[in-house]
Amino acid sequence: MADPMRIRANMTGDKVEVKVLMSHDMETGLRKDAQGKIIPAHFIRNVTVTHGGKTVLSAQWGTSVSRNPFLHFRFKGGKPGEKVTISWADNRGEKRTDEAVIAGG
Amino acid sequence: MNGRRREVLKAGGGAGVLALAAVAGIIKPGEALAQEWNKAAFDTKSVAETVKALGGSGSTLSSAIEITAPDIAENGAVVPIAVESKLPKTQAIAILIEKNPSTLSAEFEIPAGTDPFVSTRVKMGETSNVYALVIADGKYLHAVKEIKVTIGGCGG
Repeated sequence: MADPMRIRANMTGDKVEVKVLMSHDMETGLRKDAQGKIIPAHFIRNVTVTHGGKTVLSAQWGTSVSRNPFLHFRFKGGKPGEKVTISWADNRGEKRTDEAVIAGG
Repeated sequence: MNGRRREVLKAGGGAGVLALAAVAGIIKPGEALAQEWNKAAFDTKSVAETVKALGGSGSTLSSAIEITAPDIAENGAVVPIAVESKLPKTQAIAILIEKNPSTLSAEFEIPAGTDPFVSTRVKMGETSNVYALVIADGKYLHAVKEIKVTIGGCGG
């Protein structure tokens, strides 16, 4: 199981600013190991962020998103104390969901 | 050659495959749609191909899209890229790296209420033009910026 995401959700004005750091190898499938064998691709393909049952951002990623992916975006309609939930799924079917509480401005 | 099998595949299309996968318990119904991944788009090898795979016929240069990224990336494995669109009704933002083995890096869907802004970090194999493709009100527009890479991030 992958390590938990590090999520920060803060109010800036009337918007919620979300910064996420995920823990994932994001292996491209193009690299070779010391024996010259191809290291199979292993990467996050889908990311979904929800707030109050509504999707506020969804993403599809390829292999060229950096290792331990970082994501930053803003959405309207959140209030301090409410939760933001982030899920990812990778090409091997591994999944992870974490949540954070929105902090005041 | 079993012609009938072809027919069944054609008739069933993608939905049939998904239904089969659901029956087999590989994916749960409901989850299937949310976890859709556009393989065709991520397999593209040029900007024009990616635009097509994302449903556009072509894209127009726009000054209302801003790419924030370094001019020179010392480490191609971690290149910070932020894209902000000032176009009304921005629905999606995609990051394309022209000279990477696969052009499309990431695609973000922006629902109403979410700022047309995303920031992430990508890998770049070599110096390349980076395109920020925006779908706004059904139109395809882009901005482009060259990022020089000193050490590539996609090799061994």
